[in-house]
Amino acid sequence: MSATDIHDPNRRDFLYVATGMAAVVGAGAVAWPFIDQMRPDASTLALASVEVDVSSLTPGSSLIVKWRGKPVVVRNRTEKEMKDGEAVSLSDLKDPIARNANLPSDAPATDANRTTPGKEAWMVMVQVCTHLGCIPLGQEGDFGGWFCPCHGSQYDTAGRIRKGPAPENMAIPVFKFVSDTKILIG
Amino acid sequence: MSEGHSTYTPKTGLGRWFDARMPLPRLVYDSFVAYPVPRNLNYMWTFGGILSIMLVSQIITGIVLAMHYTSDSTLAFDSVEKIMRDVNSGWLLRYMHANGASFFFIAVYVHIFRGLFYGSYKAPRELLWILGCIIYLLMMATGFMGYVLPWGQMSFWGATVITGFFSAIPLVGDWIQQLLLGGFAVDNPTLNRFFALHYLLPFMIAGVVVLHVWALHVVGQSNPTGIEVKSKTDTVAFTPYATIKDAFGMIVFLFFFAYFVFYLPNYLGHADNYIVANPLKTPAHIVPEWYFLPFYAILRAITFNIGPINSKLGGVLCMFGAIAMLFLVPWLDTSKVRSAVYRPWYKLFFWLFVADAILLGWLGSQPAEGSYVFMAQMATLFYFAFFLIIMPVLGLIETPRRVPNSITEAVLEKNKGGSGHPAGAMAAPQTKG
Repeated sequence: MSATDIHDPNRRDFLYVATGMAAVVGAGAVAWPFIDQMRPDASTLALASVEVDVSSLTPGSSLIVKWRGKPVVVRNRTEKEMKDGEAVSLSDLKDPIARNANLPSDAPATDANRTTPGKEAWMVMVQVCTHLGCIPLGQEGDFGGWFCPCHGSQYDTAGRIRKGPAPENMAIPVFKFVSDTKILIG
Repeated sequence: MSEGHSTYTPKTGLGRWFDARMPLPRLVYDSFVAYPVPRNLNYMWTFGGILSIMLVSQIITGIVLAMHYTSDSTLAFDSVEKIMRDVNSGWLLRYMHANGASFFFIAVYVHIFRGLFYGSYKAPRELLWILGCIIYLLMMATGFMGYVLPWGQMSFWGATVITGFFSAIPLVGDWIQQLLLGGFAVDNPTLNRFFALHYLLPFMIAGVVVLHVWALHVVGQSNPTGIEVKSKTDTVAFTPYATIKDAFGMIVFLFFFAYFVFYLPNYLGHADNYIVANPLKTPAHIVPEWYFLPFYAILRAITFNIGPINSKLGGVLCMFGAIAMLFLVPWLDTSKVRSAVYRPWYKLFFWLFVADAILLGWLGSQPAEGSYVFMAQMATLFYFAFFLIIMPVLGLIETPRRVPNSITEAVLEKNKGGSGHPAGAMAAPQTKG
């Protein structure tokens, strides 16, 4: 064997590399189904939209519906709750983004942007704390909005995070009023 | 230990036949009979054996419980109640398993603090220590997933909170969380995979225990003086000395275990876990199992953003960081002296650290509001300062007390002090073990 055998790629080198590559790709291809099976299955992914009748909700009352395994709160806010929500300046907010799936992703978290035009009294929101997924309690805490009993996050009357460990405002799902008394979520 | 060659000599023909083909009896003899152990081991050194029997107990009770349990979200809670009411001796097996988990953790915490006090992690035992840390991590994963299986309120919401940790990871967090849950929230797919993994992990623990014991038998046991074994007079044979001492330690430990199983079976659990899981209602006050409380307190202590890291990611990083500290201990401790017996300042800070860990545990059980948050922040600060500042700095500036030349010398010095007293003759035999 001469030194040139080491430096010049020959047929044997090609076979080593090709075999190695085939083994890596093969191992990856075999591993993938084992990871892939962990992901949400077809029945979980099958998205159901929920239609909610809200005719019974007088100002100051709310109801909760289950959507994609999570609770969604529909709240008809009182005058005071709306005023409190509007009075907050954006600079006081821990998360200044609206987190409203019906608006662009950079919309500011004003009270109006947390609701839907013409229906500013209504909050429709995934009532799941953005910290670690607990269900906050309604109309509790220092800001009269929501209070998470798990780790003490406090949300205001528009569901915006004001205090505690949660990083984001509670999410607003895609929804619309199909009539004055019916909401379609999803 | 470096004692060298095996002293096993098979006495029967069959023994010789085996020894020539597969010397398993020789391995057992060399590891658990003739194996030399330091002569000055105290009762803190019996917890390794105690942990072994707790692991065996958990595996045996777990396997029989699995014969009666159903891992379907609509049936799981009822199947556990069935175990409690209908299955013969089911109540006993379940209480042994549930309290067994707690006592497993009690023993492991004593074992870990023993290591921290006597410097058992120092060279050449770094790998032995790290294997122990891996066992501890596997134990935490196993304990967490086991707590989910009864499908009570604490099961469900504990699983929600803990899988929520992963959603804090930037970019891929939500994807990883869905991978763990098999959905958008904790549900039937989550329960099924947790059951499968809860069954698997104890056997992985057993595998790492084998490596842990292997590493131990290569470097030998440390001892209260922290001085390496230097001569044959420093050691005694594993059997009968360590065997009997371990057996007595186990009996005392099992006495406390049995007391809880029979008289306080639900003391370490939470009443809310006897309410079936409800995805729409979070219990007023979520707490994990007691053995996670210090880390839970650290998680909740981070209520503020740190630069680009938001409070949620910060809390999760601190919580995992608190465990990661243990892995780094062999390199954080700069002292040349192993044992805290000869390190007056380290001894003081060690006990402050124990107090801090207990304080964090208590804070983890309290609601996250008012002065509790501030106290948890201070206790978290001390927790990290102990590892990252006190350990490295103390090793450099502390003046240790005089360390004896050998284990034998340390034992004899102790005996000399004892024989000065009128009752000295009585005290002497005790130091043998």
